[in-house]
Amino acid sequence: MKKLFSKPESLTDTDHKYCPGCGHGIVHRLVAEVIDELGIREKTIGIAPVGCAVFAYDYWNFDVTEASHGRPPAVATGIKRFLPDRVVFTYQGDGDLAAIGMAETIHAANRGENITVIFINNAIYGMTTGQMAPTSLLGMKTTTSPFGRDPKLAGYPIRVGELLSTLEGTTFLARCAVDSAKHVLDAKKAIKKAFEVQLAGKGYSMVEILSQCPPNWKKSVPESLEYVRKEMMSYFPLGVIKDKTKA
Amino acid sequence: MREELIIAGFGGQGIMFTGTLLSQAAMIEGKFVTYFPSYGAEVRGGTANCCVTIDDTTIGSPVIINPDSLLILNKPSLDRFKPRLKKGGLLVLNSTLIEDEVKETDAKVVRLPATDIAERSGQIRVANIVALGKYLAIRKIVNQESVLQALEALLTGKKKELLGLNRKALITGYEYK
Amino acid sequence: MTTKRLMKGNEALGEGAIQAGCGAYFGYPITPQNELTEYMSRRMLEENRVFIQSESELAAINMVFGASVAGARAMTSSSSPGVSLKQEGLSYMAGCELPGLVVNVQRGGPGLGNISGSQADYFQAVKGGGHGDYHLIVLTPGSVQELYEMPALAFSLSEKYRTPAMILTDGILAQMQEPMEAVKIDTTRDENRDWILDGCKGRAPRKIRSLLMEEGALEAHNRHLQDKYNLIKTQEQRYQLINEQAEIMLVAYGISARVCYTAIQEANKKGAKLGLLRPLTVWPFPEKILQELALKVKAFLVVELNAGQMVEDVKLAVNGKTPVHFYGRAGGACVTPGEILKEIEKI
Repeated sequence: MKKLFSKPESLTDTDHKYCPGCGHGIVHRLVAEVIDELGIREKTIGIAPVGCAVFAYDYWNFDVTEASHGRPPAVATGIKRFLPDRVVFTYQGDGDLAAIGMAETIHAANRGENITVIFINNAIYGMTTGQMAPTSLLGMKTTTSPFGRDPKLAGYPIRVGELLSTLEGTTFLARCAVDSAKHVLDAKKAIKKAFEVQLAGKGYSMVEILSQCPPNWKKSVPESLEYVRKEMMSYFPLGVIKDKTKA
Repeated sequence: MREELIIAGFGGQGIMFTGTLLSQAAMIEGKFVTYFPSYGAEVRGGTANCCVTIDDTTIGSPVIINPDSLLILNKPSLDRFKPRLKKGGLLVLNSTLIEDEVKETDAKVVRLPATDIAERSGQIRVANIVALGKYLAIRKIVNQESVLQALEALLTGKKKELLGLNRKALITGYEYK
Repeated sequence: MTTKRLMKGNEALGEGAIQAGCGAYFGYPITPQNELTEYMSRRMLEENRVFIQSESELAAINMVFGASVAGARAMTSSSSPGVSLKQEGLSYMAGCELPGLVVNVQRGGPGLGNISGSQADYFQAVKGGGHGDYHLIVLTPGSVQELYEMPALAFSLSEKYRTPAMILTDGILAQMQEPMEAVKIDTTRDENRDWILDGCKGRAPRKIRSLLMEEGALEAHNRHLQDKYNLIKTQEQRYQLINEQAEIMLVAYGISARVCYTAIQEANKKGAKLGLLRPLTVWPFPEKILQELALKVKAFLVVELNAGQMVEDVKLAVNGKTPVHFYGRAGGACVTPGEILKEIEKI
């Protein structure tokens, strides 16, 4: 009998602690599938962030280390420079990557570190229960922007991919989403491409994934998906932002 | 015998090199030596000084409070370090750049126009080495031969072409009356 | 003809680390430790090892974290304000039980302070420094020779106990030059490497973490860490003792121990006998020898380039059995042998 569906080897049997409707579980699986398909599980080292994905090392079936909040790119740099033939990736949220860890993010990208960054942008601090993130949209109500994000108070949402695209050191940058089957497949393609860039030694790759956070957005799952499509995508357009391999 | 020497002048007068050179010579002779530079924020034009301690036994502090000798290449350094010189200590002054009124009862003062001598010998930059030569002619803390060896050890690569100039400056200082 | 080399403290430390097998160095400019980063920028590349000038001290310590995870003898260096920034990473390394070496070339503080040599970071170095219950192994060299030799010891202890080590030195020792012998460095490494992350080929995947949310897990982890620290305390107290029979015993490390040594030489000339206990580890603190000395000497005088920090540990060890006096100068000023002798007269 033909097997149509099975759990990737790169995922453990541990049950996710993610909330219903959350995008993290989908992206964990996409990363695991890509690692399986590329046959690199035994030479991959992942770096878990501080944030909702802090327990990622329980879900992935390969070597994973924690890093302090915002520092995964520095930790990845240390690992990759010492073991250049291993595959090293970070998995970070918007607070980790674009607020507290922006310096590490920009400088790892600028050095052209041969690493892959998986960036979950759900416009909110999930684990700490819903504070404003550097990517929260204007007008978005959070527990620390109760009247809606006001640019006079809190500035503007950061488009990380576009920001990094100005750096000579970046090779592949893309923005995806996991709101629909089609977008999930696109996201997997982008993640695969990002790892392939690293395997070819071509330098820094980052895939930003727009994700939904129904509980902290105070929305139902369908409403959250609608918010991703209508609000997030109009500010954070999907697509390949930069691909130096095609130049 | 312990000798504690402070060398001081403008940044750019080769103060640190003079101290390192003397330290290298002392090491060649198997003596105990410590060298401690001031490390101000300015790179050029400020005052620079360093402490060199040479002894036949283990040296504790590399920081010199009351030196036995001073090798002073500019006026601000004289004002700063003269009060710290041990009573009756040796004071070697670059008289080209310093007009002083130091009394012989305070210190054994040796005035030598190091900058003039260096300029006449073809390179104003070696005034430090001229002064070091004079100092060593009086305080025979290391042999001239060791300093010449030290010059060879320190002036390597591109700096090797400066060897002749520095040798000449050292000997001129030694022989200056 | 001597086989010695005249070397600057910062550079001797760098060469010592390289000889000890340092595989990755990460640094950020700050006076008075710049010569160390500069030295490594050239020598590490010559040796085909990892060197990065990081974007911050914070990044540097986290790069050390990463390289250590991957199995390298990893190192960073800085001076006081920069070492404050490294405390987050050190706490994580202690929690994750990662080896690694941090050098603190201390300067005057608090704040930006100045660039003169100081010993004002003693508390930060030996009492934890970052958040959580932990200790670093802290070594205190007293000469350019020891700056050359101590990185090997630091790496080796750090790997043996899987905890970060610090070399605590100061601007004076790091900037001074004196002859040193490039003695052969032992590079033997701890063989138990069953924790590093280098890909799970042929073994089960590993994880490195300090987050322990399960009921009782973090307390158990802390108990394990404390057992380890207690073992280090019993096994690794190191010191040098000069004039054991003296009635008055100076206690000092690093540059202040050298000033004490000059004071002892001057006192000897006058026929007075002074002793010196020089800790080579300030964590673990050499409390056993202090307890023994407390029964023999008339008084201790602790000398530091700060307002009185190590003196607290001396008092704890001596436990009231013998008077403990203190003399120190803060803010980047250096004590003098004459000042020490004056303090002795007051005792």
